[in-house]
Amino acid sequence: MKLIVAIVRPEQLSDVLEALFHAEVRGLTISRVQGHGGEMEHVENYRGTSVKMALAEKVRLEIGVSNHFVQPTIDAILSGARTGEVGDGKIMVMPIERIVRIRTGEEDQDAVTPIQPAEP
Amino acid sequence: MLLSTALVLLMTPALAFFYGGLVRSKNALNTMMMSFVALGPVAVVWALIGYSLAFAPGNAVIGSFAFAGLRGVGMEAQGAIPHLLFMAFQGTFAIITPALISGAVVERMRFNAYLAFIVLWVVAVYAPVAHWVWGGGFLASMGALDFAGGAVVHVNAASAALVAATVIGPRKDYGRHAILPHNVPFTMLGAGLLWFGWFGFNAGSALSAGTTATLAFTNTLLAPAATLATWTLIDMLRGGTVTAVGAATAIVVGLVVITPAAGYVGPMSAIIMGALGAIPSYFMLIYRAKTKLDDSLDVVAAHGLGGATGAILTGVFADAAWSGSANGLIAGHPAQVLTQVASVLIVLAYSGGATFVILKLLALVMPLRITVRDEKLGLDVADHGEEAYTHGDGAILVKPKENPAAQSATGAVAVQSGGGA
Repeated sequence: MKLIVAIVRPEQLSDVLEALFHAEVRGLTISRVQGHGGEMEHVENYRGTSVKMALAEKVRLEIGVSNHFVQPTIDAILSGARTGEVGDGKIMVMPIERIVRIRTGEEDQDAVTPIQPAEP
Repeated sequence: MLLSTALVLLMTPALAFFYGGLVRSKNALNTMMMSFVALGPVAVVWALIGYSLAFAPGNAVIGSFAFAGLRGVGMEAQGAIPHLLFMAFQGTFAIITPALISGAVVERMRFNAYLAFIVLWVVAVYAPVAHWVWGGGFLASMGALDFAGGAVVHVNAASAALVAATVIGPRKDYGRHAILPHNVPFTMLGAGLLWFGWFGFNAGSALSAGTTATLAFTNTLLAPAATLATWTLIDMLRGGTVTAVGAATAIVVGLVVITPAAGYVGPMSAIIMGALGAIPSYFMLIYRAKTKLDDSLDVVAAHGLGGATGAILTGVFADAAWSGSANGLIAGHPAQVLTQVASVLIVLAYSGGATFVILKLLALVMPLRITVRDEKLGLDVADHGEEAYTHGDGAILVKPKENPAAQSATGAVAVQSGGGA
C-alpha cells in the first residue's frame, strides 16, 4: 500500500478529480494549502504597498491506494494537473505501515479496496 | 430629485455586489470593478458629450453638440427642476446601463477592452437611444411609452450583452466544470440595495415630487413583490426548494418589468405585471444554462426578457385614469401594444448591431479576451494585481530599490502605508 500525496494548482483540481474518478480512484482527501514551487511570484499593489506573493495557492491531495493502483493514480493526476508551466506541482509516493477502515475495522489491503455498490 | 439622483447612483455599486457575488472568488474584484468603474469615465463622457447627443435639440435620430461640455446647462428650469439637475439625474442612468452589460462578459473580458467598450458604447448607443425615447426623437413621436427605461436601459443593455457574449465567446470552463457563485449573501445585499435605489430610478423619472412620482414609487414596491411571490411559487411547484439566488434574481426581474410602466399603470396592474413578468425570465434562465450562450450572469433573461415583457405589458395596462397621459389595450387603445413592440424591436436591432461593430473595431486594436492562462489564474490577479480575499501569507514587501518596474507601474513609492490594504 502506498500513500500518494499530490500538490496541484487549484484551477486544475476539477480536471484532476475527473481523471481520478475516471481511473476509478474513489477515496481521497484534499486540503487547501499554500506553497512555493519555483514559479515567478506575481506582484500585487495595495495603495502604496507593493508585495511579491511568494506563496501560491495550491491543493494537496492525499490518496491511500493498493500497489497496483499506484501507476493509474499517478497517470490520472499527471493528465489532469499538467499545464507545462513552472508551478504545476509534485506527486510523492510513500509506503504505508498500516491502514484501518474505521467503519468496519478492515485492515490494509481490504481497507483501501473500494466497496462495491450493493446489489439492488 | 436630488435624493433620487443619489439613489440611482447607489444602484451601480449595488449592481457590483449583485454581480460580484455570482462569480468565482478569483474574479470577484474584476467583476465588481466592471460596475464600479462605470462611475468614472462614463460619467465624465456623459457630461462632456453624451448628454448633449441625447438631450440637446437635434433631429429625430440624435441630439446635437449644443450642450457639449455642459455649455448652456445651468440653473434654468427644465420642467420642475433645474436643467443641471436633470443632466445629473440622466447621468446616473447612463452610468448603470453599460455596467449592466458586464454581466454577460465577466470572468474573461480584458479590463482595458471593457473600459474602451463602455465609453464608446455610451456615446454611440446609449445617447442616441435615450434621445429617441426621452430627447424628442422618433420613438417619442411614435408615442412609445417608456417611463424609466425599459427599452432605453434594459432592452438596450441586454441586446448589447447578447452580442458581447457571442463575440467574446464563452468562458473556458463554461459547460465543462461547475461554475458556482462564491458569495450569495453579496448577491442578496446587491438585490436589496438595487431595490432601494430603484425607487429613485422610477419615482425620480416623474421629474418632480407629486402624484406621478407617488404612483411610480408604489408600483416599484408592488411589482417586484409580485414577481418574488410568483418566483417562490414556481420554485415550490417545480422542486420544492426556494433558492436565495432565485429570490435575488426575482427582485431584479420585477424591478425591470415595472420600469417602463411605473408612472403609467395603476397599482393592481403593477401587481399583475410583476407576476406575469416572472414567468418568461424564470424559464429563460433554466433554458439558457443548457445552451452554448455564456451570458454568464443572465443579463438577457433578467433585463432583456424582463424589459421587453415590461415594455409590451405597458402597452396593455397603461391607464390614463391613473397617469393622466396615455391609455393601453385594456383602457381602449390596442394600437399602443404594437407601438411598444416596435420600440423594443428597434432598440434591440440598433443596440445589437452597433455593439457588434464597436467590438469588432476594438478587436482590431486590442485583444478583447484575456489569455487562457490568466483566465485560469483569475482576473483579479491577472488584470488588477489584487486579490479579493488574501491573508497576506507569503507576501514579501517590495522595497523601492528592488523593483523599479513595480514602482513606476503604481506611480507611487512602495512603502508601507498604514491601513493601506
